Amino acid sequence: MNLTINGVETPIESRPLTSLLDVLREELGITSPKAGCEQGGCGACTVLVDGEPRRSCLTPAASVDGATITTVEGLGTPENLSPVQQAFTHHYAAQCGFCTSGMMMATSAYIDSGGTDDREAIQHALGGHVCRCTGYVKIIDAVAAVARGESFDPNVTAAGTAMTNLGGMA
Amino acid sequence: MASDVLMPSSPSEAVALFGDGAATTVIGGGTVLMPEITYGRLTPGRVLLLTNAGLDTVATDGDTITVGATTRVDALAELGIDGLTACAGNVADGEIRSQATVGGNLCVGQGHEAPRGDLQGALLALDATVRSAGPGGETTQSLEEFLPHRHGRLVLDVSFTRPAASAFAALEYPHTHEYTVLAVSGTRTADGTIRLAATGIAGPGARLRSAEAVVSDPEAAGAAAVNDVTFADDALASAWYREQTLPVLVRRVLTQLEESA
Repeated sequence: MNLTINGVETPIESRPLTSLLDVLREELGITSPKAGCEQGGCGACTVLVDGEPRRSCLTPAASVDGATITTVEGLGTPENLSPVQQAFTHHYAAQCGFCTSGMMMATSAYIDSGGTDDREAIQHALGGHVCRCTGYVKIIDAVAAVARGESFDPNVTAAGTAMTNLGGMA
Repeated sequence: MASDVLMPSSPSEAVALFGDGAATTVIGGGTVLMPEITYGRLTPGRVLLLTNAGLDTVATDGDTITVGATTRVDALAELGIDGLTACAGNVADGEIRSQATVGGNLCVGQGHEAPRGDLQGALLALDATVRSAGPGGETTQSLEEFLPHRHGRLVLDVSFTRPAASAFAALEYPHTHEYTVLAVSGTRTADGTIRLAATGIAGPGARLRSAEAVVSDPEAAGAAAVNDVTFADDALASAWYREQTLPVLVRRVLTQLEESA
């Protein structure tokens, strides 16, 4: 099997029914997709498969052979965050951060498909993603800001306080 | 034990590889079975993975619609049948709906903590027929006849006639749980016949024939419906609560059908 992951064509040796999540995390060491519930209920493992948001925990590797996969590692770098990452940082849309990877991948797909800043539409698009810190208001603020095309200084939060860059964190 | 994974590239190859279905696990989208495999509750020996089997076509012939087994749940919303659109839109969330398949939803077994198979109700109300392969060869039977025998057969497609009106009402699920607690679907055909079905009950979806017999009186229909099903009793809702709620959902569906006259 082969996958093109964040632009790099990658041979896959896992067994065909290994979940895409395990291929990414265990075989390849790509750890932004989180193993949350591993039964499709939380959205922490969501990645883009050929541009569409997919629960990687529910996806057999063989079913996506040849596909293009995008994870948070493919969105931006710590020095050059993508607009979605900038907005999530600026609006303090991550608390514990466990749901953030999935939220940002779903947001990227929503924005790429022409999503607007309509809060109900955003809730619908992120409907499969659970934030147990319950930080939904900030998350939706961030998505709406990206939809409006706003860009930010990622070193300053929406509250005007300096953001401490902990370094190397996607 | 490593699974023997077969990936047919055409419907006929899928049927041939499925054979009599003995000891074969069929995976469509994977949304139901992948957790079973991940958690070690299922260790399939022989797997038919339908990703490339070409069973995802939707064909329309006049008022007859035929939906292939691996058609994604969210594709049903594009058929313009209000009740089916609402029912499909109530399945889990958008990401799951774009991966889960119609055939998988029809064949799913009872869940660990909640009833499954949300589409069964809407398709029962549409009086759908199911074409399937397996022991005895290919057969076409009503969904109602098919459901008790769904395990051990390979669904090929589902057909139904576009109704004059259709409706759906469900008990909303709590935010962190995405299986339908209880739902009622209804359709009215061109000749005025009304069909009703429920999901979220014990076992697969079921027609509400006692209610259908008295649809001109929604109160009576709601009261009669409780005689047509056995109520699930689980973490989402007690059997008592479902029994109190079913008449309400039946009345809502009949009201919606009346309003779309």
